[in-house]
Amino acid sequence: MKFELTEEQEMTRKMVRDFAEKELKPGAEERDDREEFSRDLFDKMGELGLTGIPWPEEYGGGECDFISYVIAVEELSRVDASAGTTLSAHISLAGWPLYKYGSEEQKKKYLEPLALGEKLGAYALTEDTAGTDAANQRTTAVLDGDSYVLNGSKTFISNAGDAETYIVFAVTDQEKKAKGVSAFIVEKDTPGFTFGKKERKMGLRSSPTLELIFENCRVPKENLLGSEGQGFKIAMSTLDGGRNGIAAQAVGIAQGAMEEAAAYAKSREQFGQPIANFQAISFMLADMATRIEASRLLTYQAAYLENEGLPYGKASAMAKLFASETAMEVTTNAVQIFGGYGYTREYPVERFMRDAKITQIYEGTSEVQRLVISRHLLA
Amino acid sequence: MKFLLSDYHLKKQAEFRRFAEEEIDCGEHFPRDNLQKAARRGYLGLPLSEEWGGQGDDFLSYVLLIEEISRVCAATGTIIAVHTSVGTFPLVYFGTAGQKKRYLPSLARGEMLGAFALTEEGSGSDAAALATTAAAKDEGYLLNGSKQFITSGGEADLYTVFATIDRSLGHKGITAFLVEDGVSGLVAGKSERKMGLNRSSTTELRMEDLYVAASNRLGDEGEGFYIALSLLDGGRIGIGAQGLGLARASIEYTTAFLKKEEASGKKTGQSASFVLADLAARLEAARLLVYRAAVIKESGERCSKEASMAKYFATDLAMDAAARCIDLCGFSGSRSANPLSGYFCDAKATQIYEGTNQIQRIVVARELLRTIKP
Repeated sequence: MKFELTEEQEMTRKMVRDFAEKELKPGAEERDDREEFSRDLFDKMGELGLTGIPWPEEYGGGECDFISYVIAVEELSRVDASAGTTLSAHISLAGWPLYKYGSEEQKKKYLEPLALGEKLGAYALTEDTAGTDAANQRTTAVLDGDSYVLNGSKTFISNAGDAETYIVFAVTDQEKKAKGVSAFIVEKDTPGFTFGKKERKMGLRSSPTLELIFENCRVPKENLLGSEGQGFKIAMSTLDGGRNGIAAQAVGIAQGAMEEAAAYAKSREQFGQPIANFQAISFMLADMATRIEASRLLTYQAAYLENEGLPYGKASAMAKLFASETAMEVTTNAVQIFGGYGYTREYPVERFMRDAKITQIYEGTSEVQRLVISRHLLA
Repeated sequence: MKFLLSDYHLKKQAEFRRFAEEEIDCGEHFPRDNLQKAARRGYLGLPLSEEWGGQGDDFLSYVLLIEEISRVCAATGTIIAVHTSVGTFPLVYFGTAGQKKRYLPSLARGEMLGAFALTEEGSGSDAAALATTAAAKDEGYLLNGSKQFITSGGEADLYTVFATIDRSLGHKGITAFLVEDGVSGLVAGKSERKMGLNRSSTTELRMEDLYVAASNRLGDEGEGFYIALSLLDGGRIGIGAQGLGLARASIEYTTAFLKKEEASGKKTGQSASFVLADLAARLEAARLLVYRAAVIKESGERCSKEASMAKYFATDLAMDAAARCIDLCGFSGSRSANPLSGYFCDAKATQIYEGTNQIQRIVVARELLRTIKP
């Protein structure tokens, strides 16, 4: 076994950390306040090569491994979790299914601009009545001549509105339930494709979350991803890898909150000494450090297994479950260490705490992860 | 990064598992038989270099051994871990050529069992406060005092005993001595009655005008505390491995139990299967923390933070896993009917010895705060 990062992985961490500290940190609070997505920052991620980090060079990618990818998401999230969502939805949810299931033409036409950061990607599976029960899709796609006609709506779609390329799931055969779902590549500005309300959220406020609406939206037949009926499998296998991204996001949020809390504990004095001297505080910090380290190892392990072409479904479910639960606990305790100041918007820990909550929910709730893991165990 | 065990370590892991399952018994009395069987395979000197009669294996293999043995019999795991980490390694690191030659081959072959006598009634976590004295006498020392909770006390053949040559020097007066069983003035008390790890002997060890020749002083005068500290990381990783083995035992027993229930038509509810899922995720995390600490230790780099994290995370898990698994499977006082009560009682010790889990948190917090600017 080897637990050291490779030189390439170390370089990725350093590069992304520099970018996050210089470019993301200064405006993070303001973007959160205004609920404002910055395309400019995404463009800068593109210039750095982050937007295609794990994809082959022939599709405009950085040809790095998945550990480098999760490190990138972790480092962005350490400073600004919304930016972590932008990148992980872009790569894991939009890029991955194109890379894995796309035809050569589709990869050239859609994956390459995503990888280069010229376009932003999104993934549309959830509907208002199809959350955890994702197979319960109501959006329909009917083949009519050279195109599929899409009708229905999607909820809680990250990067929506700003993204140009959407992976959309719809039912092509009602009878077959999950096996009647298909995946489509839908471009922004296709007639019949509009956006509904923008969600106002407790966290990740500078990552846009919108409803998608399809009204007789005609999608060219060649934009079917994979084959008809393969959609649910595409959706689920995409989420397996997506979970590594969210686990990494959770690790980053927790790390950011812990660093803030530890620094504060060293400088804040009560009863004539820094509060870090009190075990009630220092033991909280120790538990943060240990759980974050455990989360990080689980996350890198899942990414490693994906690199090696080995099964990683159980590993990524464990990573996502443990890391997101850790992020919630760590950020809550970070606010606790800051006391009243932590509850104010003067300090970033309340933002970390608000941002952490979603990691227990999206790309499979913690309960779904437990279901996945227990099925592996009891099968 | 490489997160999988190498082919070599997989082979060793399979070998240790087979050995533990087929040859280790989990009876009632001091596990002499288990130790002899382990000794025949060289497992009592596994990470010791071949030069001294050991197997020359690495620290990761050692951790795999302790994990597999503890999964079957945690007391045997404790005895081997103590024998190796703190019974043998002080000699490796600090012994003179003569001391090494005299003791290491016997320890490695298991002809001698090693033990470690640091703790006293008044000095547990605060090890530097020990009161056993070593007074100069005829080219040697006269030791007086009493040690507490000594694993393998009364059974071991060689004790590393810590005493102070001058209490006013604080930890700088602490000195280590090699004391063979049977010398006059060394008295082992009766074994403590404990809640778990019943097969391992835990005794008081009294030094009554015990004479130790200068040639059996380990390291220099005043170097004892440093010797004790230098063993901590390795010892803690070993106990982390024991925690892993115990946690696995609980989780594997419960998984099999629930599967059997399912086979007989009783569906596992989410209140049970989700508990199992959480434990399984924590077990995977504990495994990575323990193995990583072992790999760093092997590399020779400093690993205090990693060792402490591994120790307390894995042993807290061993405790929680036993408790939660009893919730899922029910409880029986009899080990043969249901081993969970045994795992539960054994696990508690792992949170306490080789530095309580509170001490581990002090170490982790200190290391973290050192690297953070206020």
